[in-house]
Amino acid sequence: MEYVLLIYSDETAPSSPELDQEMWAAHGAYGQMLEEHGVVRGGAALHPGATATVLHRPAAGGATERLVTDGPFTETKEQLGGFYLLDCADLDKALEYARQMPLRPGSAVEVRPLISPPAPEEGSGG
Amino acid sequence: MTTQHPPAETTVRAALDSAHRRDWGRLLALLTRQLGSLDLAENSLQDAFMLAVEAWRSDLPDQPAAWLLTAARRRAIDRLRRERVLRAKLPLLSDSSAEVAGPEQEEESMSTIPDLRLGLLFTCCHPSLALEARVALTLRCVGGLSTAEIARAFLVSEPTMAARITRAKKKIAAAGVPFREPTDAELPDRLHGVLAVLYLVFNEGYAASRGDAPIRRELREEAIRLARVLAGLAPDEPESLSLLALMLMQHSRREARFDAAGHIVLLPDQDRGLWDRSAVAEALSLLRRAAGYGRAGVYPLQAAIAAEHSMRATATDTDWGDDRGAVFRARVAHQLPRRPAQPRGSGRRACRGGRWTVHCG
Repeated sequence: MEYVLLIYSDETAPSSPELDQEMWAAHGAYGQMLEEHGVVRGGAALHPGATATVLHRPAAGGATERLVTDGPFTETKEQLGGFYLLDCADLDKALEYARQMPLRPGSAVEVRPLISPPAPEEGSGG
Repeated sequence: MTTQHPPAETTVRAALDSAHRRDWGRLLALLTRQLGSLDLAENSLQDAFMLAVEAWRSDLPDQPAAWLLTAARRRAIDRLRRERVLRAKLPLLSDSSAEVAGPEQEEESMSTIPDLRLGLLFTCCHPSLALEARVALTLRCVGGLSTAEIARAFLVSEPTMAARITRAKKKIAAAGVPFREPTDAELPDRLHGVLAVLYLVFNEGYAASRGDAPIRRELREEAIRLARVLAGLAPDEPESLSLLALMLMQHSRREARFDAAGHIVLLPDQDRGLWDRSAVAEALSLLRRAAGYGRAGVYPLQAAIAAEHSMRATATDTDWGDDRGAVFRARVAHQLPRRPAQPRGSGRRACRGGRWTVHCG
């Protein structure tokens, strides 16, 4: 099964170049471990929520044009700061990797299963 | 078919009730393992019981559990066929040497059906599920209680409880919660979660404010039964031994806790002659075993308090230790599992300050 590990952290929490450096190194080692275990499908660190741009599709009515606004989409203190995409046997395995992930104090990892697309039907399908 | 006379209606009902009570959890666990889906397993097993209502009227099987297992497997195949994924899933069904269908398989006896209930219990108590969902799911899947019974026990409507259980099962399927017993490394963490659920199930059956209706007693007995299974799985774990001991001691007072009018009788006023001495003896022997492992966690502490009461002939003999055991009790109260938030106006008295009261007197 595929899982995405979403890292949420408080962007207003104080940081320092040293701590940033430490986190990059820790994630480098973590990513390498995931590679060696053959479970990682992808991942990235994200710029802060303030760099986000959001496109809204109107809820109803004839308008199809998307409204562009500044972001982030949710104005919460905790913002999505990065993610890993993993392929592992079950939730317990995914949780095991999530437990080992380097995290800043006060951060959280959310483990979400990916929907696998419906299997193609035999023949023309339907 | 070797029917001489059709069995009496009451015989059929009794056989169904007893099969449900005794075999539900075990059959569901095995089917879940084989089908890889708790939902499919449960629906198929439920179908099997429905079929039994009719079929057993004309011929009561010698091995009701085996009959139900065969019927459930057939129903599962029907369901899978309908879902058009038969080819992908069919191999799973035959992985335990038990071939699909075939009446000869009905000879399979309960003794050859592996007991995988523990795996099911750990699935139902997975930390990714909300505590209230874990409790409901455990009673439904492992205990075999109906949704209506669980709803009654927790004072919510049946549709509410049904929705809660459905949501939990959907999450198990979508999130890939595995169906297996935890590894040795995982056990300490996971065990605590399961013990918390059993503790809450027992307390739900013990809540003084709700009287001693049969459903209360069933909840207690189910919690004790599951705690026994767990104590068997982790015989060196003082927490599981102590939880079982604690439940047995509380349960030993069941005849003394309510007067003829159904009002609660508090510990100092109870007729201790009514206490179930064999349950107390078993509890004390479990506690002695637990004490041998040294570490005193939340359940050993609480069980020790209960034991102090159980060993005294009168309430005034109780040895409270220093400061009437306040420190002791405070330590326990801060570690106990909390019951999830309740709907307004339901049994608040059993839950002071959002926390379960310590049932020690």
